[in-house]
Amino acid sequence: MSDVIQHSNIRLPEGSIEKQTTTLNLGPTHPATHGVFQNILELDGERIISAEQTVGYIHRAFEKLAERRPLYQITTLTDRLNYCSSPINNMGWHLTCEKLLGVKTPKRVDYLRVIIMELARIADHLICNSIVGVDSGAYTGFLYVMQYRELIYEIYEEVCGSRLTTNMGRIGGFERNFTPLAFEKLEKFLREYPKVLKEFENLFSRNRIFMERLMGAGPISADRALNYGFTGPNLRAAGVDYDVRVHTPYSSYEDFDFEVPVGSTGDCYDRFLVRNQEMWQSLRIIEQAYQKVQAFKGAEAEVFHADVPEYYLPEKKDVYTKMEALIYHFKIVMGEIDIPKGELYFPVEGANGELGFYLISDGGRTPYRLHFRRPCFIYYQAYEELTKGAMLADAIIVMSSLNLIAGELDA
Amino acid sequence: MALTYEHIKQRLVEKFGEQVTGFEEPFGMLTFEAPKELNLKIMQFLFDDAELQFRFLTDLQAVHYPDNTGKELAVVYHLHNLTENIRIRFKVYTDISKPDVYSATALFSGANWMERETYDFFGVNFVGHPNLKRVLNVDEMDYFPMRKEFPLEDQTRIDKDDEMFGRGGSVI
Repeated sequence: MSDVIQHSNIRLPEGSIEKQTTTLNLGPTHPATHGVFQNILELDGERIISAEQTVGYIHRAFEKLAERRPLYQITTLTDRLNYCSSPINNMGWHLTCEKLLGVKTPKRVDYLRVIIMELARIADHLICNSIVGVDSGAYTGFLYVMQYRELIYEIYEEVCGSRLTTNMGRIGGFERNFTPLAFEKLEKFLREYPKVLKEFENLFSRNRIFMERLMGAGPISADRALNYGFTGPNLRAAGVDYDVRVHTPYSSYEDFDFEVPVGSTGDCYDRFLVRNQEMWQSLRIIEQAYQKVQAFKGAEAEVFHADVPEYYLPEKKDVYTKMEALIYHFKIVMGEIDIPKGELYFPVEGANGELGFYLISDGGRTPYRLHFRRPCFIYYQAYEELTKGAMLADAIIVMSSLNLIAGELDA
Repeated sequence: MALTYEHIKQRLVEKFGEQVTGFEEPFGMLTFEAPKELNLKIMQFLFDDAELQFRFLTDLQAVHYPDNTGKELAVVYHLHNLTENIRIRFKVYTDISKPDVYSATALFSGANWMERETYDFFGVNFVGHPNLKRVLNVDEMDYFPMRKEFPLEDQTRIDKDDEMFGRGGSVI
């Protein structure tokens, strides 16, 4: 017995120093993290003393890759940033290019883009909010609303042919007009989704278990949130009404009437409510945009891209039959088109916050430097502050309610 | 009173005189340069000044200009005044052999990872950063991949030279 020291009820070998805390690796692959994140948590019992985030597991060097790609090929890279709402990234990139190239898009294109972007926002918020439900033990909501995310994906498919990494649109507009089936599906969505969203809300927002689980978990003050560079729903949940769609409207957002929901405490519950309200506002925007799109008559109702043959790839059948189209096709693909020099920063309101494109063009065919301002990457730093002193189970909720998307985090 | 770029420029020149240079407005955003020693002073001034109030750091990153001898690396800050909704961009240049720039982490908590990312890819050494280590790349990496001396393509390929990307010219 002499080589064993007696300490409370635990017997430790002599000379060993009792470690007071537990180190826990949450991730890199953990079913509750929904993506590849590693968090090294230091726990005292179940309380978190410190959290150290490790990111970069799916870093794909997009910024470097972009330096060797012509502008129109970078769209596929942006797909893979926030893959829950790729169309917003695509449109953001096209808008950046259009600003650089001085392309003015027709109103109908703007409105179609708005429809797609708001659908993407709904899909993204739907994932986030229903995952918050899953992580707090309510699976039903998640399965139920997935049907409608599916419907949104079907609309994407109708518009561009793909579902997740959409690569939608081109510089100047869309690659093809929306088909009648796309509008039919959109109408179906507008008709059925409000009821579903209402039901989803009923399931969660005043659910006592859910509220007690979320309220007070991971709060952040407006001041700290701003200091951390929070944007999007997470910042608005803290009470700051900053929305890029309102502050620097792009793609004719100034034509729409909508509200910017804000929270007050910045905790998980407020983030949930803000996202929910934003879905209602997105629905409002889509309805208005759809009415505006329907109001176009005659030739205007067929416009789906700007008339910029130097940048907009012509239709393939024209390339085979028309000389002009063939010339432009060749010039665009072979990089014979002059790209203006310039330096610009273009922000759009991504589903997670301000998604910015900082583009420096030196007149080459590819960007000299392209930087993505990825909202996730910036607000994930606050994770330690949000979880310090919280229980382990809260760490999971905080993570899902921040809506961390590994693709956007790591670029 | 709405804040204008003209006024911001005037205030900066009043305060820092000749040291802030290169005022331009590419694509409608006020851009200027400053010596790298002044970066914190300028940000603090922009932050504190009752009129300017640039209290939101939107973005921070670097750009490598290999031909710009002595000023190879540019650190670019995007600041935003959310109340007046006005954005500015300012740059400091640093020598690549001694890439020390003061860290903005004391002013903006959000600068922490942005600076780590900039360090990770460009090797800008942020003086005063609490935890300056790589963030996206592996810790063992011993180079800074976004610098221009690391070309993306296989160097033995001759079908993808710079000329095809609209810059330079090579002789085959």
